[in-house]
Amino acid sequence: MSRGLRWHAALSATTDATAGSVRVADVDWSGERARIITVGPNRSARFPRARGGQVGIEEGWAIASEVRDAIEQDRHGTPRAIVPIVDAPGQAFGVHEEALALHLSLAAAADAYASARLAGHPVVALIVGKAISGAFLAHGLQAGALIALDDGAVEVHVMSQASVARVTRRSEEEVAALARVVPSTARDIHSFASLGAIDHLLAVDSADSPTARDVQTAKTCVIDAIRELRARPRGPRERLGSSEAQRTRALSLHVRKLLEEQWDAPA
Amino acid sequence: MTIPTLLHSTAACFSELDARERARALLDAGSFRELLDPFQRVESPHLPPQGIVPQSDDGVVVARGLIDGQQAVVLSIEGNYQGGSIGEVNGAKIAGALELALRDARRGRIIRPVLVLDTGGIRLQEANLGILSISEMHAAIVELREFVPVVGIVAGRIGCFGGMGIAAGLCSVLIGSEIGRLGLNGPEVIEQEAGIAELDARDRARIWATIGCRRRYEQGDLDCLVADDAATIVRSVCETFAEKPGGARSRAVAERRRRIDEYSLPAAAGGPQ
Amino acid sequence: METLEFSCPAGARKPLQRVHVGVVASGNLEVLMEPAVGIVSQVVVRTSANGFGERWRAVIDRFFARHDVAVSVAINDFGATPPTVLLRLEQAIEEAFVIGRAPVCPPTLRP
Repeated sequence: MSRGLRWHAALSATTDATAGSVRVADVDWSGERARIITVGPNRSARFPRARGGQVGIEEGWAIASEVRDAIEQDRHGTPRAIVPIVDAPGQAFGVHEEALALHLSLAAAADAYASARLAGHPVVALIVGKAISGAFLAHGLQAGALIALDDGAVEVHVMSQASVARVTRRSEEEVAALARVVPSTARDIHSFASLGAIDHLLAVDSADSPTARDVQTAKTCVIDAIRELRARPRGPRERLGSSEAQRTRALSLHVRKLLEEQWDAPA
Repeated sequence: MTIPTLLHSTAACFSELDARERARALLDAGSFRELLDPFQRVESPHLPPQGIVPQSDDGVVVARGLIDGQQAVVLSIEGNYQGGSIGEVNGAKIAGALELALRDARRGRIIRPVLVLDTGGIRLQEANLGILSISEMHAAIVELREFVPVVGIVAGRIGCFGGMGIAAGLCSVLIGSEIGRLGLNGPEVIEQEAGIAELDARDRARIWATIGCRRRYEQGDLDCLVADDAATIVRSVCETFAEKPGGARSRAVAERRRRIDEYSLPAAAGGPQ
Repeated sequence: METLEFSCPAGARKPLQRVHVGVVASGNLEVLMEPAVGIVSQVVVRTSANGFGERWRAVIDRFFARHDVAVSVAINDFGATPPTVLLRLEQAIEEAFVIGRAPVCPPTLRP
């Protein structure tokens, strides 16, 4: 069982009835309803390149389906929270996946999360393991709040270090050294948090196999984030408002300021 | 080497124009006005420390103007600079422009957005800054789509891949040429990650047959397939806005899942995960 | 990456407008050309290929020998050959002096 699925089981405290790579559990946390969605390894996935917990061609559309179901069901009531648990080694790499428009499958997932957010559902992502590239864009990055475990195996990056080395024609040592100079290329969660996109970094006893205390810590944090989002909805753009982002993404803000100043032709 | 001196040539191959020329071609004659132009030198500060020469516009042209007489903004990615890859600055140019179009749309002022997608995805040398800016683009596209079609054009030599392939999937309308390719992982990446038996990145025929714009059009993943000709692409964009198309394909969940269920995988498909 | 600076006394003709040409593609370069400020023509080169200072000097000398101009030039180069560099400079200078040609980048208000 992957770390992601262990957290999924612990947080949902139910035996998950759904089979397949995309696990879904509906919970009620003292009146705060939430749909927890996790992608995990699935030995019997039809597409072999998605058996290790990757977000593949089936997974993207499955996520979209589960999120849209929640939106539809809650149309006339209180929109429940949606909690993607992120622990995926990346997207599926395969020619069949591309033939079937994998880019669209991941777009469907991103679209669903964004649409849920816009429809008033608090979307809070909990990063417990790897958050990589397209998989993270599809499942996690459209959340209104990002919570991550403070743990060495929690990583955010766009490509494996070995592949980066190959593509950029450097040694792996050089790539690792560069991460110290250019923090956005570092993989650890602290470096990613320095970019201002992480709302809470959670210290836990065991990131790999959460203790009861860990589950309580995470649950409390997620519920708080849900309530905060209900009061003050936020999206990806609002990450730029954090104090870290003002410092480490100052140029992103500066570009927006210039665009706004130049948007309309001078009179 | 011939130097095209066109300012508004309609005889040009679209794929041979640079990002600025493409933006100029897409906007009504005389209406092109660039924001954060090269002379403002809003460049990437992350590249020089890595020995990479910056481009003065960081590889994206933001141009306001008119399309068929209506207010528009064109975001044109320069595929020839660092493979059109997205980092902090050029990512902010795109996301920020989409956010301003959204702001105006909410106020009742429609600005037609056009994305010229010639990009391999996230710039590895900026990594997580790139992924964050792309997530902001995705958010803006999903919201802006409710007010005005967000039009993507996939007609360059780099194609459209990675996080920008996802952006293409979110566009209301996609226009592509025979030159273009569209997917998530590019052929080189697939060969690298899944092995040459999965895909030989030099097998051009197979690549275009799998992810080329013609194939995408046949599958319903692309709305218009046009020749590699600036005038034709411009006309296609104008028609798109005139017709007000509905329905984003990234929402067609049931239909897509059916198609995937019916796809027959070769018996021996597989390999190391 | 290397930054090189060259200057010489400004020539007689000042351009009518600023001009931008080119792309920082492999084997290529971009040129930003503006009217010179003061009595000096200046060229600042950022290049991915280190150690070619003399070659750049030769190209730039040749350019100013051919054109009696007062310009301030910024070059971002990704390994272009001297003929390509000269070609881009020629392209820029041609556009810089054409009356009525819409400037690639209309002068914007300085922030």
